[in-house]
Amino acid sequence: MSAPSPHTHVEPAEARIAPKPRLRRFHQARWDEPLIFELTSPGERGVGVPVPDLPVPDLPPGLRRAEAPALPEMSQPHVLRHYLRLSQENLGVDLNVDIGQGTCTMKYSPKINDAFVRDPRISELHPLQDESTVQGVLEILYRLEGLLKEISGMDRVSLQPGAGSSAIYANVTMIRAYHAARGEGDQRDEVITTQFSHPTNAAAPKTAGYKVITLMPDADGYPDIEALKAAVGPRTAALLITNPEDTGIFNPRIEEFVRIVHEAGGLCCYDQANANGILGITRARDAGFDLCHFNLHKTFSTPHACGGPAAGASAVTEALAPFLPRPTVEFDGSRYHLDDDRPESVGKIRPFYGVVSNLVRAYAWIMALGAEGLRDVAETAVLNNNYLIHKVLQIKGVSLPYAQGRRRIEQARYSWEQLNADTGIHSEQIGYRVSDFGTHYWTSHHPYLVPEPMTLEPTESYSQADLDEYAAILAEVAREAYEDPETVRTAPHNGPIHQMKGESLDDPGTWAVTWRAYQRKLA
Amino acid sequence: MKVGLVVNPVAGVGGRVGLKGSDSPEVQQQAFALGAVARAGERAATALRELLARRPDAAILTAAGAMGEESARAAGLTPMVVYVPGEPTSAADTVAAARTLAPHVDLLLFAGGDGTARDILEAVGDSLPVLGIPTGVKMHSAVFAVNPRAAGEVAASSSSSSRLRDAEVVDRVDGTTQLFGHLRVPDIPTRVQQRKTGSSGITPDAVSGIAAELADLLTPGELLVLGPGTTTRAIAAAWGVDIPVLGVSVLADQTLVAADVSGDELLKLVTATPARIAVTPIGGQGFLLGRGNQQLTPEVLRRVGLDRLHVVATEAKIAALGGRPLLVDTGDDRLDAAFPRYLRVISGHRRTILYPLHSERH
Ligand SMILES: Cc1ncc(COP(=O)(O)O)c(C=O)c1O
Repeated sequence: MSAPSPHTHVEPAEARIAPKPRLRRFHQARWDEPLIFELTSPGERGVGVPVPDLPVPDLPPGLRRAEAPALPEMSQPHVLRHYLRLSQENLGVDLNVDIGQGTCTMKYSPKINDAFVRDPRISELHPLQDESTVQGVLEILYRLEGLLKEISGMDRVSLQPGAGSSAIYANVTMIRAYHAARGEGDQRDEVITTQFSHPTNAAAPKTAGYKVITLMPDADGYPDIEALKAAVGPRTAALLITNPEDTGIFNPRIEEFVRIVHEAGGLCCYDQANANGILGITRARDAGFDLCHFNLHKTFSTPHACGGPAAGASAVTEALAPFLPRPTVEFDGSRYHLDDDRPESVGKIRPFYGVVSNLVRAYAWIMALGAEGLRDVAETAVLNNNYLIHKVLQIKGVSLPYAQGRRRIEQARYSWEQLNADTGIHSEQIGYRVSDFGTHYWTSHHPYLVPEPMTLEPTESYSQADLDEYAAILAEVAREAYEDPETVRTAPHNGPIHQMKGESLDDPGTWAVTWRAYQRKLA
Repeated sequence: MKVGLVVNPVAGVGGRVGLKGSDSPEVQQQAFALGAVARAGERAATALRELLARRPDAAILTAAGAMGEESARAAGLTPMVVYVPGEPTSAADTVAAARTLAPHVDLLLFAGGDGTARDILEAVGDSLPVLGIPTGVKMHSAVFAVNPRAAGEVAASSSSSSRLRDAEVVDRVDGTTQLFGHLRVPDIPTRVQQRKTGSSGITPDAVSGIAAELADLLTPGELLVLGPGTTTRAIAAAWGVDIPVLGVSVLADQTLVAADVSGDELLKLVTATPARIAVTPIGGQGFLLGRGNQQLTPEVLRRVGLDRLHVVATEAKIAALGGRPLLVDTGDDRLDAAFPRYLRVISGHRRTILYPLHSERH
């Protein structure tokens, strides 16, 4: 099987002149599908377990349930149909051009990597197996750490975090442990971040007990360096910053930011969740950072997992290595082993090894590309983004605020402010209407610093034709907004459900994320 | 260039004595009885000085006496007087003076607050460019320059080819903000107040976080002076205290001590007991002090200390400022200059936003 390459979509030159994009006459399935608990049919079973021939000894009372578990009773085909139907009412990275999920770095997850993970040599491992019997997977983890060290320039990496936020939280606890070890733990109680950094950079330190100071962007969209100077001091524990920020703007003065914080005695922690535009081009260590993290489910192509376990990686310099979560994977020249004997460690943040299935996928992805391939990923992602910017900015009513004349890296935050002023249509409504053409975008950009925002992130996975199609859909919806705003205002028309009442999403009193919670709220 | 000037001589007198406007003759009398001093004329003169420094050729047309002539003379000018008001002056004089001036000038400057803006709207509508010199108590309309000096600057840089925009004239009537119409204002964004945004993102979560942070700062018995605004009102409500949206209120230990206090009453209170002040910027405009909260006089602010003045706002409200700095116009230049360049705006429990503050004196 061939290696997944970001160039697989490039066709011979004569074929590359994309045909004028055709707008799809898309209509999504609507199944009116009940919740699986409502599909229960008493006595229906997925597997008919034979009655045992021999008498079954009674379980000790402490192990016996008082009542049978409240699970739906269903046959296998009913379960299968249920989930297939739900999947038909959904959009996702394997179904549509998913570049409207800006900041999420949606890219193709090569299916070959799933084959590796499903291989019994991985899938049948038990986390409690003796170390001598899991040398192979430990070697993969050890090598993956080596690759991420190279990519970040850092000295040690923990693969334990279960997601980006989990990695940022781990980094914050290491920062806390570092200052405590130097006797400055109580004094340094402030963390500085920026408004366009991912919100976890504020939430994680706050959860860890820090006071959080947020810097706003200056007129060009860069975090305000004068504000940073006013913010740092003997109470500064760290700067947590994303770069490029969610606007796709790379902060060219990042080394100066680091210097200012270091001079005040604080640490610098780089959010490289999304390193897609800078792989092989710049490294956290080279900018002077002490810690950084990666989202393997973004840059390194593993599935995002929708709230399930994804995978993060925390990378640190030698000075912070003693504080890494335990265990670490060590190699003595002949054997691999898990080192749990780390007295200064911040402790365990996940059981066992981390999310091994995703770590294996990330390892396979990096190995298939090689160093040059990684750089190709970054260059293609940046090229795709700037191509799309060029196309989108030809659409009436849209603009790209901040940093005029400067290139965006891997994503761009646009504004429909003009279109809104002209037509009264909001960005969110455009996002709904776009879904009538078989793709979507979301507007999770609170607070709306950029008015009527839209963030597009066309990673290396999308072809020129994909980008043309997406731009053509936006152009069509913008045209409608000017000529037939009612159609946009009342969208979606072709989705499985019509408009949702957004307010209820903001009110925890009306949510129910489990069947049990739903039952309780009904009562 | 011909510039018209109409001054509402009593604009703003209510503010420093804790009244919510100065529109009615009764309020004006009450204000003067409470010791208020009219400052509209003085602020109009500041604007004219700035205008003249930049456009020495500008000719000023105005109304007699306190309605403009005195301000022009104070700025070193001999104006052309085209209207003579009655004694005492009234809103009808503002309307009549503006009507008389309109056909003869390129730009009409007026000094007042929201009530005066309504009179100007009634008089001239959208027939010519207009700009407000802020001197009133309430200035929620988008027709005012950020301060008198900026008014002079905008006037000087405007010409017949200047871009104009429609600016809302709004006023509080019976507790609600009403829109009365639009005036045409020179479009020089950072120097002209933006319209007050209604949405401040006041969700229970955001506000209870701010309330918790203030509670952490306060010691038992310490006074908390809350400026006007929906944010501060929601903070008090989080403690079960009901305070008016427009006045200045004083709390201690999360109970109400006094509502609608005047500058003098406030000074007595904060002199007797240690205090902190929490103010919130006017949404969309960024004014922290000097608009709608003139009861927080320079004397009160000095007594409490700027390090005990806390700015509170939700993230959404700060975002709605669109990057424009916070503004202070306490009426005391030395005090304005003492503010730091960046303020820590409390946006939640243990959360602050470092936000730039602009004072003419920086
Ligand atoms: C820049 C950045 N940092 C951190 C995160 C948090 O990662 P996760 O969603 O895996 O917790 C994200 C993902 O949304 C991100 O885009």
